[in-house]
Amino acid sequence: MRIQLNGAWRDLAALAQDARAAQGATAAQCTASPTLAAMLRLWGYGSSTVATAVNGEFVPARKRDEIQLHDGDRVEVLAPMQGG
Amino acid sequence: MDLLRLYDSEMTSRLLLGTARYPSPAILEQAVRASATDIVTVALRREAAQLRAGQGFWSLVRSLGVRVLPNTAGCHSVKEAMTTAHMARELFDTRWIKLEVIGEDDTLQPDVFGLLEAARLLVQEEFQVLPYCTEDLVVAERLISAGCRVLMPWGAPIGSGRGLNNVFGLRALRAHFPGVPLIVDAGIGTPSHAAAALELGFDAVLINTAVAQARDPVAMARAFSLAVQAGRTAYLAGTIPARDMAAPSTPVIGQAFLP
Repeated sequence: MRIQLNGAWRDLAALAQDARAAQGATAAQCTASPTLAAMLRLWGYGSSTVATAVNGEFVPARKRDEIQLHDGDRVEVLAPMQGG
Repeated sequence: MDLLRLYDSEMTSRLLLGTARYPSPAILEQAVRASATDIVTVALRREAAQLRAGQGFWSLVRSLGVRVLPNTAGCHSVKEAMTTAHMARELFDTRWIKLEVIGEDDTLQPDVFGLLEAARLLVQEEFQVLPYCTEDLVVAERLISAGCRVLMPWGAPIGSGRGLNNVFGLRALRAHFPGVPLIVDAGIGTPSHAAAALELGFDAVLINTAVAQARDPVAMARAFSLAVQAGRTAYLAGTIPARDMAAPSTPVIGQAFLP
């Protein structure tokens, strides 16, 4: 499975497995796609103040646990930055 | 008390300050304090998990004790601007959005058609939209009809430092919408430009590059603060109309005859 994070493709065959494990999923559930929340943890965002979008659509923080990522998805993780 | 009212908020300062292009975070912090601004603009950009650049910046901004006005800088489509606005509302916990939909890359001129469409949609979602627009009266009217309660017309292209390119157009805009807070955004290069905008009756100015890229950004922030106060005070005091011919200021009556 490949997912684009902030414009760079990442092969997630191994990462997805870890993500499912990180969620405490059972073996049966491991066929499911990882959630956005799990991938954010795995990618190292942890408690960072970020906003997220998947395939150009805003995903509120409270929905990150519900949104499952699939092959080819484009994830944007944005943070506060200097601006005029 | 002469306050700047933007939607349901009142501010003392009539200078809004951008946070980009400063030599260092420390100088940004000092410039914000020297400017005495109540509002700084911020943006959203991709965050690398390892670098966490945005986290440090955000913690600095929060320590300044000012309100943030997030922008949709760099967005070229309604969809991009909408998604960015949604992300900004969650991240910054504010309904304010400085709405930019860019239509032309050399001048960064707003795409006023996309701007209007995005503004209408965002107002429906209860955003408080501050649209970056031109001085075009018809566009301004449409934006107000769409629910924008503040307009941010450009003075000149972003970062150009050219000042008020179209004083006649800006004066007409001011006259047409006397009750709408108008903030000159973009293109101001010197404190005298800012003072001129306030003297014309504009309610505030937004400055970024002119401060951030000055040789001494902290001193320049203070200079802009003073200029904005001077311009506002002059506007309230009532400036004299310009004349084509001289009018002696010293009384002529009683002048001695000394051939």
